Amino acid sequence: MAAVAGLVRRPLEQVSGLLLRRRFHRTAPAALQVTVREAINQGMDEELERDEKVFLLGEEVAQYDGAYKVSRGLWKKYGDKRIIDTPISEMGFAGIAVGAAMAGLRPICEFMTFNFSMQAIDQVINSAAKTYYMSGGLQSVPIVFRGPNGASAGVAAQHSQCFAAWYGHCPGLKVVSPWSSEDAKGLIKSAIRDNNPVVVLENELMYGVPFELPAEAQSKDFLIPIGKAKIERQGTHITIVSHSRPVGHCLEAATVLSKEGIECEVINMRTIRPMDIETIEASVMKTNHLITVEGGWPQFGVGAEICARIMEGPAFNFLDAPAVRVTGADVPMPYAKILEDNSVPQVKDIIFAIKKTLNI
Amino acid sequence: MRKMLAAVSRVLSGVSQKPASRVLVASRNFANDATFEIKKCDLHRLEEGPPVTTVLTREDGLKYYRTMQTVRRMELKADQLYKQKIIRGFCHLCDGQEACCVGLEAGINPTDHLITAYRAHGFTFTRGLSVREILAELTGRRGGCAKGKGGSMHMYAKNFYGGNGIVGAQGQIFEAYNMAALWKLPCIFICENNRYGMGTSVERAAASTDYYKRGDFIPGLRVDGMDILCVREATRFAAAYCRSGKGPILMELQTYRYHGHSMSDPGVSYRTREEIQEVRSKSDPIMLLKDRMVNSNLASVEELKEIDVEVRKEIEDAAQFATADPEPPLEELGYHIYCSDPPFEVRGANQWIKFKSIS
Repeated sequence: MAAVAGLVRRPLEQVSGLLLRRRFHRTAPAALQVTVREAINQGMDEELERDEKVFLLGEEVAQYDGAYKVSRGLWKKYGDKRIIDTPISEMGFAGIAVGAAMAGLRPICEFMTFNFSMQAIDQVINSAAKTYYMSGGLQSVPIVFRGPNGASAGVAAQHSQCFAAWYGHCPGLKVVSPWSSEDAKGLIKSAIRDNNPVVVLENELMYGVPFELPAEAQSKDFLIPIGKAKIERQGTHITIVSHSRPVGHCLEAATVLSKEGIECEVINMRTIRPMDIETIEASVMKTNHLITVEGGWPQFGVGAEICARIMEGPAFNFLDAPAVRVTGADVPMPYAKILEDNSVPQVKDIIFAIKKTLNI
Repeated sequence: MRKMLAAVSRVLSGVSQKPASRVLVASRNFANDATFEIKKCDLHRLEEGPPVTTVLTREDGLKYYRTMQTVRRMELKADQLYKQKIIRGFCHLCDGQEACCVGLEAGINPTDHLITAYRAHGFTFTRGLSVREILAELTGRRGGCAKGKGGSMHMYAKNFYGGNGIVGAQGQIFEAYNMAALWKLPCIFICENNRYGMGTSVERAAASTDYYKRGDFIPGLRVDGMDILCVREATRFAAAYCRSGKGPILMELQTYRYHGHSMSDPGVSYRTREEIQEVRSKSDPIMLLKDRMVNSNLASVEELKEIDVEVRKEIEDAAQFATADPEPPLEELGYHIYCSDPPFEVRGANQWIKFKSIS
């Protein structure tokens, strides 16, 4: 009866997933097709239910169901006190959110895109990130800043910037960057439960992408630890480290190269800060080759930090070739399609970099 | 009499190859100008406001009609191209708000400076760019006004500073009010109040919706933004105020957008279709001007219809160009990062991909 009720409650895509599950039940463990959007929605829903101090605020998050429909249904379920529409006033409402966190609530502050967080960045860094330190451990700020980050499609220079490096630069902040639905759900839940300010860098182009959500990820207590990377694909010849949407491109490149006998180990960082350099080092010590792949600009980026840390640690002596970075082009994002396509890392750029590193 | 004229015109058109309606028109007498009453503006910290009557010449009327119709048709063409996926990304249309950009321009000089947010296509046109350049920018082609690199929200022209994608900044506007008033800067702050900020009505977002009063120590006007003559007079008044050295002034234009916030917003989840339809039928700016001109014998219905036909053709031609023009060349991906600098190399997706950057 509960299963039927569940069927009725869920959107169409999930229903078909459930029906499919029935058929596969006898051969494979129960998995469910869930989009990244749904995963974030579920994660927030579960945490809102679990702890009444959790609330969501931002532009269009309530009555509009979210600019990208990530918060669909939450206002209907939780009402005005927990899901709050704000005026278009990032500095203002981010400040209100930080104050609420300081006073003991657990806000989720949505930026419609992280480009708009620049309007409020003083609150994120100076009011949220640094406060626990500045107060000598007295004042914590258990806040989550979330929203889509990085390039979308055709939204041009002011709406396409990746903030992983900017936020990853700051001590006091935790920064996560989910790729899959499992990542999204587990990381948003961990972020909400974390007593520190956590920046969750989602990706608009990933919102509609379905993934299989394994059985354990369907539990209400499913958490992904912040600060731990995941090896998405085992390999022996080269380590590819990436985060967010480019992880998918890396897996595509790995599939292509596998046919040529090159086996790539693909690491999904999941967390930008604190960075899980140990997983990367262990992999490099196995494969002796490293490339990093990110959507952001090259200068002072995530890849640059990884390369620097590799040099500082035991893995450096295992490298047979210099580490290589694949990044966005060093330009403000152009609008025209041909220019935009060439301003983001493509599968062919990853393959080229791998072959260069392996001297093939 | 009319039948005779029609017959005469048919003969003459055969001979002189002029379109029949033109010949017909030449034989009518239009008024050179007409005086109209316009709505009184609400005033804040002002003893007097703009005049409540204004004179519209036939020439100006035809010009405003053509310009508003061009903006209207251009926006509707953009809607079409967006649905065909020839325009990508964000596209914020201003149909319904034509009286604002056209009326504003009528009240200022081309040497004045203008800046706005992302609902900018109308202003881009009234500030002097062609429909061709605008549509080609929307389609991301090399013939676009920003060479295809900016898109909908980033169009610039002489004395027009865009087209900007990031808005909201309510605190920043009060900072601007303070400095403008402190230093008596000749600045007109304009709020195109179309009742909604994306999907949120003004009542849900603003503690005070009397935007024209929110400059506090800065005087303000609330203007009927659907009446182009009202907008023109208010702008003339505001410009004169600034030019006389009295400092900044605020104008709230009460207007309405027919489309949703952008092409991704159907625009009907937070307002009713009835509301949109009511504005269209009672307050459409182009219709209001047309009725005034026809009723005061400043123009004929046929003449205005002919302008419609010409505008339609202009938009079609521009759309053709915008669809056929090639994309910008890949070699220019790195151009225009810096100004007045010697050429340098720009890194692409990896260290082996390089683009040249010239200023």
